[in-house]
Amino acid sequence: MRHRSLLILTAVLTTGALTLTACGSRDDKNSGDSGTGGGTQTVVIGIDAPLTGDLSALGLGIKNSADLAAKQANATKHVDGITFKVEALDDQAQPSSGQQNASKFVANKEVLGVVGPLNSSVGESMQKVLADAKLVQVSPANTSPSLTQGQNWNGGEKVRPFASYFRTATTDAVQGPFAAQYLFNDAKKKKVFVIDDKKTYGAGLAGTFKAEFEKLGGKVVGTEHIDPETKDFSSVATKVKSAGADVVYYGGEYPAAGPLSKQIKKAGAKIPLVGGDGIYSGEYIKLSGAEGVGDLATSVGAPIDTLPSAKEFVENYKKAGYKEPFEAYGGYSYDAAWAVIEAVKAVVEANDGKLPSDAREKVAEATGKVDFEGVTGKVSFDEFGDTTNKQLTVYEYKDGNWAAVKSGELTS
Amino acid sequence: MNELPQQLVNGLLLGSMYGLVAIGYTMVYGIVQLINFAHGEIFMTGGFGALTVWLILPSGTNVLLALPLMIIGAIIVATTIAVGAERFAYRPLRGGPRLAPLITAIGLSLALQQAVWAWYPGAKSARTFPEIPGGPFELGPVTIQTGDVFLLIAAPLSMAFLGYFVMKTRTGRGMQATAQDPDTAKLMGINTDRIIVVAFALGAAFAAIGAVAYGLKYGEVQFRMGFLLGLKAFTAAVLGGIGNIYGAMIGGLTLGVAETMAAAYISEVPGLEQLGGQSWANAWAFVLLILVLLFRPQGILGERVADRA
Repeated sequence: MRHRSLLILTAVLTTGALTLTACGSRDDKNSGDSGTGGGTQTVVIGIDAPLTGDLSALGLGIKNSADLAAKQANATKHVDGITFKVEALDDQAQPSSGQQNASKFVANKEVLGVVGPLNSSVGESMQKVLADAKLVQVSPANTSPSLTQGQNWNGGEKVRPFASYFRTATTDAVQGPFAAQYLFNDAKKKKVFVIDDKKTYGAGLAGTFKAEFEKLGGKVVGTEHIDPETKDFSSVATKVKSAGADVVYYGGEYPAAGPLSKQIKKAGAKIPLVGGDGIYSGEYIKLSGAEGVGDLATSVGAPIDTLPSAKEFVENYKKAGYKEPFEAYGGYSYDAAWAVIEAVKAVVEANDGKLPSDAREKVAEATGKVDFEGVTGKVSFDEFGDTTNKQLTVYEYKDGNWAAVKSGELTS
Repeated sequence: MNELPQQLVNGLLLGSMYGLVAIGYTMVYGIVQLINFAHGEIFMTGGFGALTVWLILPSGTNVLLALPLMIIGAIIVATTIAVGAERFAYRPLRGGPRLAPLITAIGLSLALQQAVWAWYPGAKSARTFPEIPGGPFELGPVTIQTGDVFLLIAAPLSMAFLGYFVMKTRTGRGMQATAQDPDTAKLMGINTDRIIVVAFALGAAFAAIGAVAYGLKYGEVQFRMGFLLGLKAFTAAVLGGIGNIYGAMIGGLTLGVAETMAAAYISEVPGLEQLGGQSWANAWAFVLLILVLLFRPQGILGERVADRA
């Protein structure tokens, strides 16, 4: 009997541990302010982002910023008779979780718009579920061109696959070439080693970069694909060193990019690693350590602290007392949430101050027509659902922070 | 420049780490025929144990001076958890069906991972681990990092210690006897319960040393670091012949070198360009495992296959 009781004890402890962690990941739900008055209607803005795991720094920034947008809209009574709430779900950067979250949003009739996700691969898995329910989705961070322009976007045949999908981030079709032009023309780098993580985002970005760099006359001295789940990149680092490259371009995100940069430099190749918005994070600074100094990242939009419209956002964000910084996509998430809010406003005003019965469809339509000054510049969408704001910025890792070195639009 | 010597060293370093962790799998299997799938997580908690010691020490402490304390901290945390797991999760199931402890091990693995994720401050993403300062050492065509030096010293030392312990000490011989036949060993007056605890504790201690090496080498620890590495270490143990402690180290080194070579050179084989590179290294590691098991089911060194299995 003694054995049985021990067994039960162990089982209870294990279950307890699992249950507690499960609770831990759920307690962020409904953190949005309500303050529902008498006859007001509630509109829920769904947020999907990686709230736990390696990419949570970016994900929590997205969640907080979208949450702030909803709070601001409520505080100023931006849409009469409507109270905004947010519901944040964690996708752990997994396409399968993202799809489940999309189904949950569809099932909740109060959800009229979704902000997110972070990863293009997750975005891909959510698109159809949300489109079938005519539920609008505005991603602050997806940069894969095929999400808005179809699989054959590079062959000149652009077809928008889902009418309900929008994004406030610029695509890799612009970002990769922008980095290539900067490296070739401004930084005078001629020999590049291209590495990617084979994910929708990473491989796409590396592809567009490589094409433009070769077109400009630069030489690709080697290509490699890595598995971002492992942390041993020594064989790749050795290859980079013996390839004699003067710069490394990495298509992927910071959890692998940080250690990769560190290991390349330690292997003896003292050349900068350059990446896209996926490495433009404070976490990258931490992970790459002292070896990462001089590395470059491109990110969408103008540097947020230089835009006058952004100052108010930064201040309000501080005032709201979020624990985590807004990170790379904060401004875009804030603008994405506002795009949904503006669309809801347009729909409600066209319907005598009430939500129509086909609110989701109307909001999706109205999102395509929004046009306002956001914190990242003008927010409006083209016929594919892409942002009309094509500004990009190159940042350099300097003095323990990312410092803007060049901002501009892609010259073709 | 010829990069073969460097790639070989890369592989041996990775392999030594696999070997250190594999010892835990192989010892526990050799004695209780249990595949302790939570061992990867015990490795991970060792890493966090060392990090905790580092965080408690006043900031600015020399890493080299702190290292012995960090190793002790890692070993204490890892062995405590391993011995606790043995006492409360595995011992109650001993003598029961084979699958019960196996499933418990998987559950324990998840529980440990989630516990660290939930309760260790800042563990929801990777935590930076201190690194030994000082430039890399150039030995001809080979560059060796300061973090790797620790592994180069620790792995052979640990192996030598283990060999001595198992062959020469009373407890070690008791372990051999228990592995051969637990019932007879018990009749001869060996406290087999204690021997099993020692096996778990020793395995955890080696995993903890491996975890410190991991932290120093990659500069970070995170709650998921034990999963893939544990799987690889288990593969290494099977490759070398599970139940054989020298086999674990040889299996680890073989696996590490094979993986690195595959990552470095497969893409240069005509027709296999698509299957080369670091992203395919894991696939090639398992191809190697399948090949070895096909032609030599008992593993490279392969002691006796458990006669009671």
